Amino acid sequence: MSSTRLIDLRTAVLAKNDDLAAALRADLAGAGAVAVNLLSSPGSGKTALLELLLTRCVERGVPVAALTGDLATENDAKRLARSGAPVRQVVTDGLCHLEADLVRDHLAGWLPEGTRLLMIENVGNLVCPASYDLGESLRVVLASVTEGEDKPVKYPTAYRWADLAVLTKVDLVEPCGFDETVFAEAVRDVNPELPVVRTSARTGEGVEELLARLLALTPDSTAPVHTTGRT
Amino acid sequence: MHELSIAASVVRSVTEAMAVQAPGRRVLAVQLRVGVLSGVVPHALGFAWDVAAAGTTLDGARLDVEQVPVRTSCRVCGEQADLPEPLPVRCPACGGREVDVIGGRELEVATVEVDDEVEMAAEPGANPTGDLADDLAVRAS
Repeated sequence: MSSTRLIDLRTAVLAKNDDLAAALRADLAGAGAVAVNLLSSPGSGKTALLELLLTRCVERGVPVAALTGDLATENDAKRLARSGAPVRQVVTDGLCHLEADLVRDHLAGWLPEGTRLLMIENVGNLVCPASYDLGESLRVVLASVTEGEDKPVKYPTAYRWADLAVLTKVDLVEPCGFDETVFAEAVRDVNPELPVVRTSARTGEGVEELLARLLALTPDSTAPVHTTGRT
Repeated sequence: MHELSIAASVVRSVTEAMAVQAPGRRVLAVQLRVGVLSGVVPHALGFAWDVAAAGTTLDGARLDVEQVPVRTSCRVCGEQADLPEPLPVRCPACGGREVDVIGGRELEVATVEVDDEVEMAAEPGANPTGDLADDLAVRAS
């Protein structure tokens, strides 16, 4: 008689992170806030764009705050703090992505009361962060003109489970010979319903359009794409 | 490379579940279902597996990975189908792009095979919950 037994488990591997993230999303909603998770490869212009967004929010009196994740250094928090918004650095000590418990622990006792918009700048990496829900209501994936047109098909997980794509550094379209039609086709191959906003942190192009989308978010907005299809 | 973090999460889920369903039993194999759009690379997961399982009741267990293709449900023609390739995401029947992706993002432990005869001896200095793997994951990623 065999002594082996097969146990049917059917457990989502990241169930703990997903549960924490869902609780965080509900807690933020209860406090009248929504979180936005920014994903991109290193050097795509996340921090420059975020500094501009934060500055415009502060100018307009929109209660905004930001967490910024990096493997090492507090450089990004220092840059972003120039906007006047409350900013906190998450140093991951080598971890290649943010997880929901890291976000929760850094918000506890820090997130200013009345915050409406929480921007989370993930670690610069298009692979690992795509697996982790951070409790955001909008997941934004950034692609810069200098990276080439095929980023969406090279990193399909990041693009498939995003709610919005932002093309950055569009002031460099001409000098880089970037073909926007090819980029749009690559986005469509992965996620035909993904809206794309073109921006330039240098000229300010598209920043108002992006900001309008972020400010239109409400705690009861429809479920973000990244929370679907887990098991 | 977050596969060591993922492997550590698998070890943690399985050790926690087995503590209830098969306490003290040696785990012989773990079957994972990994979607091709989950962002997890099976080969890298296999590489991280031995390290994550070391010192737990999963030590020496086999990791079987079943890759799950992208499955679409077409909003136009109604066809549900597995895609032979992850991209492009479009209906293989009518070619339309108006599809819901209903499979391909799985990352789940499907089944666990345990040995009901051999009881694990408590080992001093062992790593029963896989916390060691968590530490390693942080340092290695």
